[in-house]
Amino acid sequence: MKITSLHLDILKEIGNIGAAHAATSLSSLLGRKIDMRVPNVNMVNFTEMMELAGGSETVVVGIYLRIEGNVEGSMFFILPIEQANRFIKRLIQDEEFDFTNSSVSEIGLSAMQELGNILSGSYLSALSDFTGLKLYPTVPGLAVDMFGAIISIGLIEISQVSDQVIVINTSIFEDEVGNCEEVQGHFILLPDPESFESIFKALGVA
Amino acid sequence: MISTKNVVKVGIAQLDIVKSPDTIRTSGLGSCVGVVLYDETKKIAGLVHVMLPDSSLGKTSTMNLAKFADTGIEALIERLKLEGIQPYRLKAKIAGGAQMFQFTTDKDTMRIGPRNVEAVKAELKKCGIPLVAEDTGGNSGRTIEFNPETCLLNIRTVNQGVCDI
Repeated sequence: MKITSLHLDILKEIGNIGAAHAATSLSSLLGRKIDMRVPNVNMVNFTEMMELAGGSETVVVGIYLRIEGNVEGSMFFILPIEQANRFIKRLIQDEEFDFTNSSVSEIGLSAMQELGNILSGSYLSALSDFTGLKLYPTVPGLAVDMFGAIISIGLIEISQVSDQVIVINTSIFEDEVGNCEEVQGHFILLPDPESFESIFKALGVA
Repeated sequence: MISTKNVVKVGIAQLDIVKSPDTIRTSGLGSCVGVVLYDETKKIAGLVHVMLPDSSLGKTSTMNLAKFADTGIEALIERLKLEGIQPYRLKAKIAGGAQMFQFTTDKDTMRIGPRNVEAVKAELKKCGIPLVAEDTGGNSGRTIEFNPETCLLNIRTVNQGVCDI
């Protein structure tokens, strides 16, 4: 199928609705104001994909889950280490917590996993309500590692049919920390190629 | 004359070659495998960043050869032949094939790291190229850089530091 600018607008709206709900959840969890940017929807090649969020070698905290059901795909929530530390310190009330620590505390990891679970849940249930499509996310996995190593797992399905990928990327940031690349969290949704038709059909624009 | 050393960068699902004193590098290997083929005497090496085990998984007609273990290694050998390399002189070092996330699903994509490693080894065997060293598996991302002068593969991970193989 041919992707028109109307299609891209629809995907933007999906990123918008999903991330807005997730940002609201995050804000009420932390008791802080969370802002978001206008979603980016782009057709990129794999190399460009690896360079999102600061480059393939940048160490990040990544939450990953697979979506099954009417729409299949991969979803990531990526946080720069510093920002993830700030969130988790506040959540578990432990100023010493640090993801780069070699003996990182279990409770912090568990909190991060739960944070990922709640945020991706808000994102996907908003998406499901909006489209009427059934989405079944897997339990999210957590990794603290290079961005490229994390994101490439989302490219595996897609790489079997294409060398390009449509990425729905929405950034969120803490209001008082400011809006610079270093502190932005990213919700990255990568629908599998066959799933776009289901999305567009559900919204009446196939 | 001043000789400057360059680092040839290889992206995901790409391949390239390098001559001493330059080095060749690929970053952010997760489940992907970096395969280095090198000729010790000529000090020439090639690197392919493999994503998938088998080209039969490809569902498109126009294929990027470097994406798959089987076609990627073949294409790299062809490329090295153009530089006057005899394939029987080639040796291999590989790294990558990690499992970044632990899932309790039997879906094949979740095991892609180990499958990539198996496929790379099978293809090397088929081409008669000895595997000299490997750092594969685990659950850490890797950045690798090969120096054709020393024939050492430098591997950097986030949690386990740096080593040479």
